[in-house]
Amino acid sequence: MSLILNSKKNSLIVHVGGDFDLVSANEFREKIDQSLEETLCQNLLLDLAKATFIDSSGLGVILGRFRKIKANDGQMIIYGPKPAIKKVFEVSGILSLMPVCNTEEEAWKILEKKTFKGA
Amino acid sequence: MDKIVNNKIKLEFLSKGENVALARITIAALVSQLELTLNDLEEIKVAVSEAVSNAIIHGYRNQPEGIVTLIGILAEETIYLEIIDQGIGISDIEKAMEPAYSTDPERTGLGFVFMQSFMDEVKVESKVNSGTKVSLTKKINTENKNRAVS
Ligand SMILES: Nc1ncnc2c1ncn2[C@@H]1O[C@H](COP(=O)(O)OP(=O)(O)OP(=O)(O)O)[C@@H](O)[C@H]1O
Ligand SMILES: [Mg+2]
Repeated sequence: MSLILNSKKNSLIVHVGGDFDLVSANEFREKIDQSLEETLCQNLLLDLAKATFIDSSGLGVILGRFRKIKANDGQMIIYGPKPAIKKVFEVSGILSLMPVCNTEEEAWKILEKKTFKGA
Repeated sequence: MDKIVNNKIKLEFLSKGENVALARITIAALVSQLELTLNDLEEIKVAVSEAVSNAIIHGYRNQPEGIVTLIGILAEETIYLEIIDQGIGISDIEKAMEPAYSTDPERTGLGFVFMQSFMDEVKVESKVNSGTKVSLTKKINTENKNRAVS
């Protein structure tokens, strides 16, 4: 499992690699929250292109961050999940809460549109 | 040359988070002895992950010295899995299995939702202060199997 964090244009970009389960969830939650505080980013882009697995522990982290971002009037967008992970998203109902798209480029487009509408 | 695969494994491990991946990989290797689709395989991995995580997080309250027992059985086209803990048990099983119900405010109550969506049958037996046994059953689609073989 791996976690890479970058920030750009008021957005924290989180690249998750490997299995997003109980063990990685605890670590990722802490690191993402710490980074959100340090960078003061309002939005969160979650890159799951290199994520190989997710279960309810990973989803819990995603939903928890979503609530934080929303409370701060930001946007959260997920991109790149492989079909098996998308299936988990479908069952969980998360797709009605935040956009899930294929590439980072698409994510930025959605973000710009949403930020513009919200302004 | 349709062969009936019959196999059984039993694994006991400490209630440590690291062992969730171990359980998942073990069961993935076992069920791969059947010719199942990638989709079925991924669904089984999620279900195992949920049941084992629950045993560790809830059953043993994140204490790493409990023993989780994992049983996997292949009988023709059916996969039977059992995840057993000797933890705190569940007082109201029906309620525990309701979508979005969780006794942990940090969690979302989706574990049983995934087990039920991804397996054909989910059975929970539990006794407070004695432990919990989750039985999961999935029948592999023979149509898919035949297509994958040809
Ligand atoms: N092995 C177990 N031992 C004791 N209680 C359990 C066990 N498995 C489940 N439970 C109880 O059932 C509830 C629902 O379980 P479920 O997996 O659906 O949700 P969760 O674990 O709380 O959240 P999530 O799975 O989304 O992280 C748990 O909150 C817990 O109270
Ligand atoms: Mg659970």
